[in-house]
Amino acid sequence: MTETIVVTSGKGGVGKTTTSASLATGLAMQGKKVAVIDFDVGLRNLDLIMGCERRVVYDFVNVIHQEATLKQSLIRDKRHDNLYVLAASQTRDKEALTQDGVGRVLDELKTDGFDYIVCDSPAGIEKGAFLAMYFADRALVVVNPEVSSVRDSDRILGLLSSKTRHAENGKGGVPAHLLLTRYNPERVSSGQMLSIGDVEEVLGLPVLGVIPEHDSVLSASNQGVPVILDATSNAGQAYVDAIARLLGEERPMRFTEAAKKGLFKRMFGS
Amino acid sequence: MGILDFLRTRPKNTASIAKERLRIIVSQERSSRNTPDYLPMLRTELLAVIRKYVHVDLDAINIQVERDGEHEVLELSVALPEHKPGATG
Ligand SMILES: Nc1ncnc2c1ncn2[C@@H]1O[C@H](COP(=O)(O)OP(=O)(O)O)[C@@H](O)[C@H]1O
Ligand SMILES: [Mg+2]
Repeated sequence: MTETIVVTSGKGGVGKTTTSASLATGLAMQGKKVAVIDFDVGLRNLDLIMGCERRVVYDFVNVIHQEATLKQSLIRDKRHDNLYVLAASQTRDKEALTQDGVGRVLDELKTDGFDYIVCDSPAGIEKGAFLAMYFADRALVVVNPEVSSVRDSDRILGLLSSKTRHAENGKGGVPAHLLLTRYNPERVSSGQMLSIGDVEEVLGLPVLGVIPEHDSVLSASNQGVPVILDATSNAGQAYVDAIARLLGEERPMRFTEAAKKGLFKRMFGS
Repeated sequence: MGILDFLRTRPKNTASIAKERLRIIVSQERSSRNTPDYLPMLRTELLAVIRKYVHVDLDAINIQVERDGEHEVLELSVALPEHKPGATG
């Protein structure tokens, strides 16, 4: 059985690609055979975050237009040989993705025995985002504790429940999980940032995981190593926990409480 | 900085403002979801027609699509201004 998971959000810059790279890597670390696909045609990013940008020969659009086979286009990860990346095209227009074409590629991956297909959605609610979610069995909605991101997530949740194959087949909306990223417990405790509870209450869904805002995410992307592989990073460890929960394990939340500050620090700034 | 200054300059709780704004906008958007795309246009055109007779604002016009068993019902209500509506034409 193959499970197709879309990582989506509506808003850009919230951490979808960061999450897709860590999710795919995390699943591969559990021994699953995983393909991660960049749907952001024209603005490919995932190859950089995965650190395989120099090995992109053919891309997703080439496969859809049958200019290359899927086998030729899948890039095997350097660190896990059960993990493959399918890069987005850098040059073609957005119309290059077709519903039939995407469906065919996903079906071929299923036939090839992949356990998971992770679809990294582009921002927005246009064609690329629509196709990334259309075939999904499950969705990870990435949200930042910030008004525009929360509002966009709600729109995406609406689309997941109506504009997907899952919904059209009468199976109801695509089951969705919220992943709250770029969370800063200090700012939450000083009333400057929406809390986990606030976001859950507004969206009416429990949060699957909370990824703290952390510098290690930038240094991981600088190096082309998904942050989940950084054992010293809180953000990386939070991804490990979130993926375990996605696979059904129960784990307590970590890194969600502000460090206790003394009165001195509170009075004189951090 | 003394303790009084610290208390005075404490930043206000903007997260609760954010939450309140979101609560309103999200519930509004949810209720307008799955309604026909032509509703906003219909509302503006109705406004133009109604304004030939009475001066009302756009937000005085409320349009909703309700499900009634098999049927969909377009519900329309217009709140008239307080004073006696005088025809302008
Ligand atoms: N938890 C985090 N802490 C700090 N920076 C983050 C975090 N998650 C993402 N970022 C940064 O935010 C930016 C956007 O992330 P990205 O994954 O590309 O978002 P998207 O794919 O949604 O546009 C990147 O610069 C990334 O390094
Ligand atoms: Mg991205």
